[in-house]
Parts: sequence; C-alpha cells; structure tokens
Amino acid sequence: MTEGVAGEVSGRLSESALERIRAMARRYPSARSAVLPALWTIQDELGYLPPWSIEVVAAELKLLPGDVEAVSSFYSMYFNHKPGRHVVQVCLNVSCGLRGADDVLSHLREAMRLDEDGTTPEGDFTIEGTVECLGACGGAPMMQVDRYSYEDLTGESAVEVLQKIRSGEIGERR
Amino acid sequence: MSRSDLVLTRYAGQADLTSLAGYEKAGGYRALRRALEIGPQAIAAEVKASGLRGRGGAAFPTATKWSFLPKDVFPRYLCVNADESEPGCFKDRVLMEEYPHQFLEGVLIAAYALQVTHAFIYIRGEYRSQRELLEEAADEVRRAGYVGTNVLGSGWDCDLIVHGGAGAYICGEETALLDSLEGRRGQPRLKPPFPAVKGLYGQPTVVNNVETLSNLPYIVAEGGATYASLGTEASPGTRLFCVSGHVEKPGTFEVPMGKTTFRDLLDMAGGVWRGRRFKAMQPGGGSMQILGPQHLDLPLDFKAVADAGSSLGAGALVVMDDSTCLVNVAMRLVDFYRHESCGKCVPCREGTYFESELMHRLEAGLATKAELAELADICANMDGRCFCPLGDTATWFVMSAYRMFPEEFESHCEAGSCPVRDRVEAAV
Repeated sequence: MTEGVAGEVSGRLSESALERIRAMARRYPSARSAVLPALWTIQDELGYLPPWSIEVVAAELKLLPGDVEAVSSFYSMYFNHKPGRHVVQVCLNVSCGLRGADDVLSHLREAMRLDEDGTTPEGDFTIEGTVECLGACGGAPMMQVDRYSYEDLTGESAVEVLQKIRSGEIGERR
Repeated sequence: MSRSDLVLTRYAGQADLTSLAGYEKAGGYRALRRALEIGPQAIAAEVKASGLRGRGGAAFPTATKWSFLPKDVFPRYLCVNADESEPGCFKDRVLMEEYPHQFLEGVLIAAYALQVTHAFIYIRGEYRSQRELLEEAADEVRRAGYVGTNVLGSGWDCDLIVHGGAGAYICGEETALLDSLEGRRGQPRLKPPFPAVKGLYGQPTVVNNVETLSNLPYIVAEGGATYASLGTEASPGTRLFCVSGHVEKPGTFEVPMGKTTFRDLLDMAGGVWRGRRFKAMQPGGGSMQILGPQHLDLPLDFKAVADAGSSLGAGALVVMDDSTCLVNVAMRLVDFYRHESCGKCVPCREGTYFESELMHRLEAGLATKAELAELADICANMDGRCFCPLGDTATWFVMSAYRMFPEEFESHCEAGSCPVRDRVEAAV
C-alpha cells in the first residue's frame, strides 16, 4: 500500500490470473462488473485478499482502491487474512438447527481445538458458524468444506469427516 | 402421480441429463428451436397463458413483469436470480445440479423473448460447485451455437455469463443483486424506477428466478394452457417444494399447485419424524409467518395461504415437531437477519440488533415481561418501515409465533432457563 509496491504487486499475481481479470473486464458491458470475479480469481490463487491485491484490481479496472475495498469488505466469503487450508462452514440456520446443528458445531469446536479466529493449531481448518443457510436443508444438519457439502451429520461424524480430510483419506474429489 | 403431470422433474431418472448430449437425447433444446421459430411475441403469449408466477418468493406474474420493459429501448438485460438463500429453500440448487440444461434452455428462451444482448446468471458464492457446473454447461451451449452470435441463424446475438456472488443474503433482493452485479456492495435501490425501466447499468432489465425460468421449455413445447391446467385457475402449474426440518425424509417434491395440501407434502416427506406430533410449520421459508396444525389441510394456493396470514414464499416448508421451542427458532432466524442486514437503513440495521439481543435474553429465560413487550414494539416499528423486505421479514416469524403461542413466549420471561427444553428433557 506504500511507495515501491507497484512492481512487486504485479509480480505476485500470476500472469494467468491477471489475464483472466482483463478478459472479464472486457467481457462485461461495464468493466466494474468484473470486481467480484477478479476478487475470486485472486482468492483462489492466494487463499485470501492481501491489501496490495485490492490495488491490483483497482488499477486493472480503473477504480479507486476504496471502491474495491468497499466491495471486498461487504461480502462474507472474502478473507482479508489467510484462513486455514480448508474453510469449513457449519450451517446453523433453521432446518439444520432443528436437527442438531448446534451439536455439530460444538463437537467440532472441541475436537479441533480452535483458536479465537476458529482456526486449528495445525492451520489446516478454519471453521465458521456464522454463515447463511447453505441450501442443503434436505441433508440437515450439514457443513460445507471448501466447495463440497457433507450432509446428515452428527457431532461425531462431522469430526470424522475433518479427520479423514486431514489424513488424506478424503481427498479432492466429487 | 404420472409423469405427464410433471414439468420440472419430468426427465427424472433419464441418463446423463447434466450433459448437453444427454439432455438433447431426452428432447432438450427443441423448445428453444421452436421459440426461435415462433418469435418473441408468441413466446410472451404462451407465458401469459401459462399463468406462471415468479418462484423466488414474491409470486409476481412473469408475463406481466416482462411486459413492463419499455418498447424499443436497447440494450436490455436478463438477470437470473440464482442467489437462493432463503432459510429452508434448496430447490434451485436441485434444479441447477440435476437439470442444468433445462434451466439454461429456459434462460435462453427468456433471453430471446426479451431480445437481450446479455443474460447473466447471478449465483450465490456458496454454490461454488454449482457455479462451475453451470459454467461448463454454458460452454457446451456456446459450442452448440445456442448462444453467441446469430443464434441458430435467427440474427439474434447474446452472451451468457455466469456470475458468482460472495456471501450476502441481501443479494437475493433484485435491486441489491443488480448493484452487486455492477461491482458494488449489494444494497437495495429505491423503487421506482423498477428494474424493468432502469435496471442493470441503468438499462431495462428483467430479473427472474431459476425455477421460474426452468418452466419455460415445457411451456413453449407443450403450450401455456397445458401448463396452467396442471394446477388450478388461481394457482396454475406445478411447483418444486422443499420440505425440511422434523420430517422422516426431507427433500424436494414437484406437485400441482392448488390441488395439493400441506398434509400431502408432509406425507410425501414421510410425516413427522420419530413418531412425534406436528407443532408448527413455516410454509415458505425462514421469512414467512408460522402456521399451525389447523392449517395442514390448506391447499398450496397463493390466496388460501395468504388468507391464513402467511405466504408460500420461496416454496420451502419447514416442519417443527412438538419438542420444538419456537423462541429458540425465532432467535436463530433473528440472528441470521442481524448478520445479513446490509446496514443501509436504520430500522433494519438497528432493529435486528435489538431484536437479536432481546431474543437471546428471552431464550435464556432472563428477559422480563417489559422486555418482551419492548421486543414486540421494536418489531412493530420495523415492519413496513424498512427500506427493503429483509427488515420487514425479520419480524414476521417472531411476531407470528408470539401471536400463535403467546404462553410459550411469556413462560420464558424470568424463567431462568428454557421451559420448553426443560419440559422435553423431563419427559424423556
């Protein structure tokens, strides 16, 4: 965010990510519409949105950094600090709540020894309990790990899922 | 129910519906070809004859919404609301996961009927795998020439863009969705002007829901009148209902409107779980007012449910058994609205905060009777005074549950704990 960052900035984002952002800016009728997709592109690459990346987006889309930060801070799925390797969203809304979601979250909290930010000491999971209804009420209670949902959970089975991801028994699949 | 009574799930069980080839083999994209033959006006006429009403929650007649676009003002846009996030609602997810091409065919039929240059699908950030599935399906459709330049020789050009949100319930509100799609914070706009006049980038825009558009291939192929006849005159067609909560087999069920009751839906979902008794339900998702056992035989009809003081909303039935503490459910929902309030208007931003603080005290058995009265007062001052429906609906479950079960709310006052939970635990 200070002087001399400019050269370093473009060096940290891959050329393919920058190219994706530019392509999106061209595709929308207004380049500003590419803000959310651009932030996703960066978060996919870096795991979060460091302050300098906000300036990259602003420069690419010809906006003020404040315009971009106003957006990145509004949406709950953008991180301004690096979360654990896997992001776990535990749905506590009405349908999940009726079927034992509080139990799922409390078991995970205890078994995974979370810090104040909800991250494990090993840094492999960040567990969030303040999320929207995740739209899988047919399998309540459920949680979403990264982009995959795990349904019909109990406190014990939820912990088991994370342990299997940790051990590699559940890999990137589905 | 025989297959001919189904619209959205009529291809259920056929192989490979998520691929273009599989969907075409089942008969897919013939309706789009027919749409291009009959032209925009004839499509709009079929949609009008179908009586189709928006499936996102507001139930506004689709043909009427389309008719508000000013003539000869271009470019105009179609934005599909795939920001499904109403608590208890998961039908759009099912329609996108299991029938992505049926959905895209519906999007393209609408895009052609409205003569837009761009169709955007705004899908919530949490639906990441569904977004990727749609992006792949959109690529297939582009390669097949169903979207792009001079679609199937019709002279119509259109781009189809799948746009991912990033976690904000408010973006399901159509004007907040437009702001978000423009690359801004997702906050609702003042209406009028309505999106049909000044929408995306200030141009005429139609915002339609996923389920709404997924009906279009059937309507164009079979005719609007056929679609309408599946339901009743007042509630035409079918609808994909979500049933969740305390039932044996939660899931989605496509049923004819008007001819089916809540009890039928409950039975399809295996009835109340664990042999327990029915206590209450939300007929249309987390935002809608509570209904009781006396309402189970109501038909799934817009007016019948409105007369009972609630709404079919987004088509999500949430069932609660007799062990449920409604104060706890209300607290959960209020916490959700507090978290999702966009902060634009004071009644919602401040109201949901105080509502939530009071609900937590009430749930814990700490609130006084005066505080319960204060909660009711805050809700009365929010409802109808918020900038958009999010704030209004943040009061509907709480207040309707309080009205239907006053003794349950009052018994929490200064009880020191939750009396419902205590009673349930004592009975076990």
